[in-house]
Amino acid sequence: MTQKTTATRAGNRSVLLRRICLGAGIAGAAIVGAAIVGAAPALAAGWEPTKPVEFIVPAGTGGGADQMARLLQGIITKNNLMKQPMIVVNKSAGAGAEGFLAIKEAKGDPNKIVITLSNLFTTPLATGVPFNWKDLTPVAMLALDQFVLWVNADTPYKTAKEYLDAAKAAGPNKFKMGGTGSKQEDQIITVAVEKAAGVKFIYVPFKGGGDVAVQLVGKHIDSSVNNPIEAVAQWRAGQLRALCVFDGERMPYKSKVTATMSWNDIPSCKEAGVGVDYLMLRGIFMPAGVTKEQVDFYVDLFKKVRETAEWKKFMEDGAFNATFMSGPEFTKWVEKTESTHKDLMREAGFLAKP
Amino acid sequence: MLELSALFHGFAVVLSPFNMLLMLIGIVLGVIIGVLPGLGGANGVAILLPLTFTMPPTSAIIMLSCIYWGALFGGAITSVLFNIPGEPWSVATTFDGYPMAQQGRAGEALTAAFTSSFVGAFFAVLMITFLAPLVARFALKFGPPEFFAVYLLTFCSFIGMGKGSPFKTLASMMLGFALAAVGMDTVTGQLRLTFGFHDLMRGFDFLIAVIGLFGIGEILLSMEEGLSFTGKTAKIDLKVVISTWKKLPAYWLTSLRSTLIGIWMGITPGGATPASFMSYGVAKRMSKDGGKFGSGQIEGVIAPETAAHAAGTSALLPMLALGIPGSPTAAVLLGGLLIWGLQPGPLLFVEQKDFVWGLIASMYLGNLAGLIVVLTCVPLFAAILRVPFSIIAPVIVVICAIGAYTVHNAMLDIWFMMLFGVMGYFFKKLDYPLAPLVLALVLGDRAEDSFRQTMLISQGDLRIFYSNWLVGSITGLALMMLFWPVLSKVIGRLRDA
Repeated sequence: MTQKTTATRAGNRSVLLRRICLGAGIAGAAIVGAAIVGAAPALAAGWEPTKPVEFIVPAGTGGGADQMARLLQGIITKNNLMKQPMIVVNKSAGAGAEGFLAIKEAKGDPNKIVITLSNLFTTPLATGVPFNWKDLTPVAMLALDQFVLWVNADTPYKTAKEYLDAAKAAGPNKFKMGGTGSKQEDQIITVAVEKAAGVKFIYVPFKGGGDVAVQLVGKHIDSSVNNPIEAVAQWRAGQLRALCVFDGERMPYKSKVTATMSWNDIPSCKEAGVGVDYLMLRGIFMPAGVTKEQVDFYVDLFKKVRETAEWKKFMEDGAFNATFMSGPEFTKWVEKTESTHKDLMREAGFLAKP
Repeated sequence: MLELSALFHGFAVVLSPFNMLLMLIGIVLGVIIGVLPGLGGANGVAILLPLTFTMPPTSAIIMLSCIYWGALFGGAITSVLFNIPGEPWSVATTFDGYPMAQQGRAGEALTAAFTSSFVGAFFAVLMITFLAPLVARFALKFGPPEFFAVYLLTFCSFIGMGKGSPFKTLASMMLGFALAAVGMDTVTGQLRLTFGFHDLMRGFDFLIAVIGLFGIGEILLSMEEGLSFTGKTAKIDLKVVISTWKKLPAYWLTSLRSTLIGIWMGITPGGATPASFMSYGVAKRMSKDGGKFGSGQIEGVIAPETAAHAAGTSALLPMLALGIPGSPTAAVLLGGLLIWGLQPGPLLFVEQKDFVWGLIASMYLGNLAGLIVVLTCVPLFAAILRVPFSIIAPVIVVICAIGAYTVHNAMLDIWFMMLFGVMGYFFKKLDYPLAPLVLALVLGDRAEDSFRQTMLISQGDLRIFYSNWLVGSITGLALMMLFWPVLSKVIGRLRDA
């Protein structure tokens, strides 16, 4: 009798245990945060986030900025770099204006950060939505994203010059250039190429970089200026050909990506005779009105992220320019880049009418 | 039979206790996510993605894809019970599912919905197993003109949905297009119809409109009828599953058609939502009981659910084989793949055999596990209808409000939801159909984008829609669908004469 009771009790307990396991799984998302609070090693004295940090992505899910933000979240969580959890929130409306306005309105809130892409400059200039990087506090530049001129591998063009000569010979509005969004970086580069080479493309805007790469493989467009990471899968499969990278010098990564080529084997557009260079900022900003201590915490945090193996691998896979900047140096860079964008967009006729 | 041995290898990968446990957790989480309107599969997967960074990639994708299956199943529950679609792809399920619940056939409707979902998914996985490389090449043929032709076909196969005046249908659809136009315009990069209000930048999200129009609108109507809940309580036990299963084989043709529509829309990538609408429209057109659709026909539940699940499953194929996501959830999964160090694209099938075939095997097992979980819960779900309306109504309103808020984390969206609720109430009172509005809202801006991209490519020449066999035949089919009522009349006259 006693034995039987014990057995039943043990059975009950195992059922209970299983329930708890399941419950833990369900509540997992919430619990992770709590677990980190308990497990994190004590950090050096100084300011630390006081509640979960909201990491705003001013772009849709699945894009370049979103991938980077989610990777950062993963690295910070996995390596216990911060006591508070980090929550990635996409605010993509109005070409990212939604996300930037949210940071602008959160003046003085040190628990919010935003990752930027070129829309930090292009969106206010093209749409007239009232924000400027001066409404935010620059924290750090994480990397610069490259752009590459791609064509379908079935086409005969081996160099940028051959392709652009063909486009010139065909006359204006014959060759189609696909890109992400309108009046944003892809179209700015397209206009710059048109000016440099004396050609005229039909620019076809798509919603995301992945779409553009696939449209190029399907030969619905003739070329694209995708970021390396957006087209690398098709490049490796031999469906796309890289003609040149829009930078003054070649990318530094020398390990083989395709069967025969490394990122370093792609000529720079400068040496290919197309004097266009453009790099896109992947940087972190905070709301205005935060203290230096608070900014320093995040600078320090992202410095630690840069040291991790995951981040280094991500930089190489995506062929990023891994320049890091913070403080006055970064602010100066942002200032300069804004005026470059203003000039480029004025020339292209993309500025919003007041 | 190379695929078969690869598949069995995949089963061997999946069938570890750890992976099976993850699968179960994923399904349960997915169902919960699917039930809550607003918290879509994409959000759910995005929130849980960081949890998986420490797992092996295969285990991680098994859990995340099971959340996805669970959400596909769960979306049907609230559509049938309360006329509130938990997910965009279950809007079409409300058309006949909710009337069935009102007639006391909630158990039957749920069983039909779940079983059809499983059937759709199963055939889609079979297709992925054996035809993946072939199908992936087909997807590459879709450029902007082809996409527009597909959207046109969806709209055209849906015309004639409204039982009332065709002008009311048209008015409703046009209002949907107008609402879809608010916000950012991809082609020019300008804000439209925002009147200087920054909050309108987000546009009118389809989910908020659906929650308001269907959920809140329904509650307002019930309140007018003196809080009497029209849902009759029926005998609820597991026998309803068996008795419904006996009825299902009779509708094999509808299932087959819906599966094909779903697979096709999933690959192209139109996605699960247009697939469910198109499938419902086509089933109504083809069925001999077409006139009774909307009054609680089981076929009207089978068609959209089969197609939605087939599309949701096959949407993963372009993601794996091409690196383009066929749905928002697939887009988040794609981000996950990159973080785990896997590169989606043409080489994934070659370089990462374990991963790919493990995932495909988990599609079979995950869907089966999902079906078992949800079917055993049918009596439980149906029993919710026994709760008095005066108690359940406030709960629904709160859940709706949370759902509307989660879409963009914006308070204003809750007010929009209320506004849409009032609109839904008047629509029903004045006998305007809601479905065309919803359809136009969800597909309107995508159709517009692809039309304008096409016009850029062709430099304004409309003949591009007949420029190759693929786009030509889809456009032709669409126009035939549009003029079918007229055509069938003419043919009938000719026969009589």
